[in-house]
Formats: sequence, structure tokens, C-alpha cells
Amino acid sequence: MGMRKVAVVGAGMTKFVRRALETGKELAFEAAKMALDSCELTLQQVDCVVHGTAPDAFDGVHMKGEYLADGSGAWRKPYTRCYVGGGTGVFAPIHGWYHVASGLFDICLVVCEEKMSSCQPHPQGAFLTIFDHTTERPLGPNLLWIFALEMNRYMHTYGLSKRDIALVSVKNKRNAADHPCSLLGDREITVEDVLNSEVLAWPVQRLDVSPVTDGAVAVVLAAEHVARRITDKPVWIEGVGWNLDTTYWTNRDLCYPRYVENAARMAYEMAGISEPRKQIHIAEPYDPFDYKELHHLEGLLLFDRGKAPEATALGITQRDGDLPVCPSGGLLGVGNPIAAAGLMKVAELFWQLRGEAGARQVPGQPRRGVAQAWGDLMQVGTVIVMGV
Amino acid sequence: MMTAQIKEFPGVGLRESDFEQRKVLYTEWVPNARYAWDAGVAIGRYLAELKEGRLIGVRCRHCRRTVIPPRVFCEWCFRPMDEWVPLPDTGTVNTFSLCYVTWDMRRLTEPEIPAVIDIDGTHPPVGILHLLGEVEPQAVQIGMRVQAVWKPPEERTGSILDIRYFRPVREG
Ligand SMILES: [Zn+2]
Repeated sequence: MGMRKVAVVGAGMTKFVRRALETGKELAFEAAKMALDSCELTLQQVDCVVHGTAPDAFDGVHMKGEYLADGSGAWRKPYTRCYVGGGTGVFAPIHGWYHVASGLFDICLVVCEEKMSSCQPHPQGAFLTIFDHTTERPLGPNLLWIFALEMNRYMHTYGLSKRDIALVSVKNKRNAADHPCSLLGDREITVEDVLNSEVLAWPVQRLDVSPVTDGAVAVVLAAEHVARRITDKPVWIEGVGWNLDTTYWTNRDLCYPRYVENAARMAYEMAGISEPRKQIHIAEPYDPFDYKELHHLEGLLLFDRGKAPEATALGITQRDGDLPVCPSGGLLGVGNPIAAAGLMKVAELFWQLRGEAGARQVPGQPRRGVAQAWGDLMQVGTVIVMGV
Repeated sequence: MMTAQIKEFPGVGLRESDFEQRKVLYTEWVPNARYAWDAGVAIGRYLAELKEGRLIGVRCRHCRRTVIPPRVFCEWCFRPMDEWVPLPDTGTVNTFSLCYVTWDMRRLTEPEIPAVIDIDGTHPPVGILHLLGEVEPQAVQIGMRVQAVWKPPEERTGSILDIRYFRPVREG
């Protein structure tokens, strides 16, 4: 297609915390500086900057992308902010990728920041505006409704139990205990803890859900000829895909994320992947709720429809299983600062594929991974395939 | 420098006690933003029909589908919709939740029961978001047949709330 090869050559992140002392700008700076330092680049060598962050309403700051520009290293540089709901964290590096793949720029700094704690009393106050203002909002919806409705439909369609799904939360929160930035890592958590946690919106319970979080993550992208000078371990972006379904969400069957499949097929085709179950060694699907990991594994074509829970129960998705899933600890364990959470998954693949993930390292020298994010009105899928 | 070698990542998590002891400073602001949303062509007709105690959908002959809520265009084939289709006020529960919290996470003693209700006469079956009522929460099931409970005509305003909720269809 006449596109240049693009690699991830550096990554950085802040701790994920419930409420950070730092402002959004300061968090963005910390993550961006760490990413540059990790590959020994200076800001002067960066050609362009891409930022990903949630809507302005979350922070009560209009033109939030511009507000965050200085902290993201964008002073007097070509700079854009992109946004596709919860899918933003994986879309931002895709946005950066086409800046470099096109030949327009050689080095792109990608920064995702989220400070959800600013929105009082709860960021749901901003989330609520995703519902249709005339046909849905008068009913007094809250954000948990759509997850509960989707989870119930998923469980009903495939005859799944709450226990089948709770295993995901246990796995990810245990994995996160090995992540130095995690908010909810817990080595001791059990399925019973999840099943006995407070019921929020049946079938969703407290420990099925990822936490409100502040944090930032950054990665550095480079064109092939530059990447090989910067590092002897570039991690290539082999395929990218994104796809959006209708906002008439009550007109769709919520048991299967077709749009994630479409995004995955686009990315796999670009990466030359014909058998994802054999060719993908690590997956970091989006897991803001435990059932979402299962939903997305099926949409990513890594398991048959309705079969991801069985694979989870068999231990296949454990860090030392045949297909490690969310070895980072995911959103359920590390935390969910929306856009930053998605980019954290890309950073995790970078570290895992370079063998630098420390206590989280997946055994067997994985060579290819997929990261995916999801959002809006349960309608967007963003997918990136990375390999060494 | 490899990131794996970093011992201490940046970022300082604050605790409740930091605020109680006034260790940190912050500024508060309440937005003053009000909106008035025009219903538009398709939803304008939808609301007018609700005021009369009726549901209405639209059909695309090209895609052979009848959908609700109505829209002026078919997002599949990107043509104008072909016709309005009156629909019954009955349907089937596609999925539901028993919700025990408000949007700002306050507890409810009695759950709200939001549901996607597939409306009879749509093809292939598609639904709308509404609430269920006159039913024990534990008795609600996917596949349950339900019917709209309307406000009396003089109380209707042309709103989705002209339907109070959907309740189980009583047999016989
Ligand atoms: Zn059509």
C-alpha cells in the first residue's frame, strides 16, 4: 500500500491512582518525559505530537486537547487530539501511526492523559450525556445500565453464569499485583469476593467493574530507518483497524461486538495474519468490566462465540497459559483512566515483546500481540497488532 | 534506559485525609449550561404519536427492515426511509438489569428495571430502551412478553415518558 514501517521505540507511564496530586498537564509531562528518556530522545527530535483524552466535560475544560498540549510536549509542533470514546487509547497510536506511515513525519510522540477525579460528585455526570437526549435521557439512565444490559444479553445467549465471568476479574486483579503502577492489584482476591461484592446493576457487581482513575501513558513512534538507529529492539506496528457501529444501540444484538471483529479483520489483514489463534501470542483486550474481556476476545476471533469463558476457566488466558490475556492486569487491576488505560495496553505489549515486563513477563518469548479498546455507546472497536 | 529498570514511577495518589487535613489545595466550579434540543423530523413524529398513545416505526423497502425509533434515513443503504409503520405497544424483553444505584452511586432500596424491549411488528426484531413496572424484580426474564402502560391522555406531553413503563402481558 506504499506505507512505511512504523515502530514503537519508547514508552512511559505514571502510577494509576484514584485522585492524583498532579494536574492533567503534569501527568502528561511525566509520562511523555519518561517515554522520551526511555529511548534517549529529546523533544527537539520529535516531529509531531498526538494526544488522546476523554471529552472536555470530564475535566470541565473546553479545548482540553489544547490545555494539555504543553504537558504533552507539543509546544510549536504539529499537534492533534483524537477522540473515539473509550476506544481512544488504542486509536491515538493508530492516529500517530498514519502520521509516520504516510511519510509525513519520522518521529511522533503519542500521549494519553485522563483525570477523572475532577468531575464531581462522580464522572458519571458527564458520561450520562452519551444517551439520546430525547428518547433515552428522560428515562433517567445511568452508565451502568448499558453494561448491565449487554452483560445480561451475553450471559443469556450463551448460558453463562456469574462465576464464569468473575474469573476474569480475579485473574486481572491478581496480574495487576505485579504492576508497579496499579491501583487495584490484589494477589489474594477470590471468585467469592467478586460474587459477594455489592450489587450495582444486576448482573453487574462492584468487583466486576474497573475503578475511576487518574493517570497518563506515552509512547514514541518512529519510521523504520530512524527506529533502527534509536533502538536495537523496535516493536513494529504490524496492523491497525478501527470500526464504528450504529448509535441505535437498542437495534443491535448486544451479545456480540461485530464492530470489534471488523476492526480486528482490518488489522489482521494488514499484519498478514490468517490464523489469529496461532499467530497472536499475547492479547490485551479492553476490560473495563470483566465480561468485556470475554466479549472482546470473541470479537478479536481468538475464541469462538461464547467460548472465551470456558478458556478462562481452563487457565488458557493466565499469564503462563497458552494465550496470556491482560498480563498487565488490565483496567480491572491497573486502573481505568479512560484514554490512558487503552495506551497502557499498547505500552504493555511493547514491554512484553521486548522482554522487559519484569514480574509480569509472559514466558516463552512472545513475538506478536494484539491490543484493543472499545467505547462510545458500545459501538467502537480499535485494534493494533504489534510484533518483533 | 529501559523502562523495566525504573524503580519508582511518577504520580502521587491523594487520600481522603489529605483533604480533611487541608494538605492540598483545589478550586471548585459549577457549570451553568442549559440546552433545548429540537426533536427533528423523525423523532418529532414519534413524540406526536406517543402523545396519542401510539408507537410508530419506519420501513426501508430496500433493506426489508422495519425499525424503531424512527429515522428519516436508512443508515444501512443511505436512502430516505420509505414509509411510516404504525406498531403495536407490545413486545418482548431482549435484555434487562436490576439497578440498585443512581448515577451518582447512591443506593436504591427498590431497583429500577431498565430493559431493551423488542417491539412487535419490527423486522428483524429491534427494540427501544424503557423501564419495566408492575413486576417483581426477581420474576423478570429475558423473553418475557410486555405491554406499554400509558399515562392518561390529558397528562401526555409528547415524550417517551408518556409511557410510564412496560408491564408483563396478562394472559387471558
Ligand atoms: Zn435501507
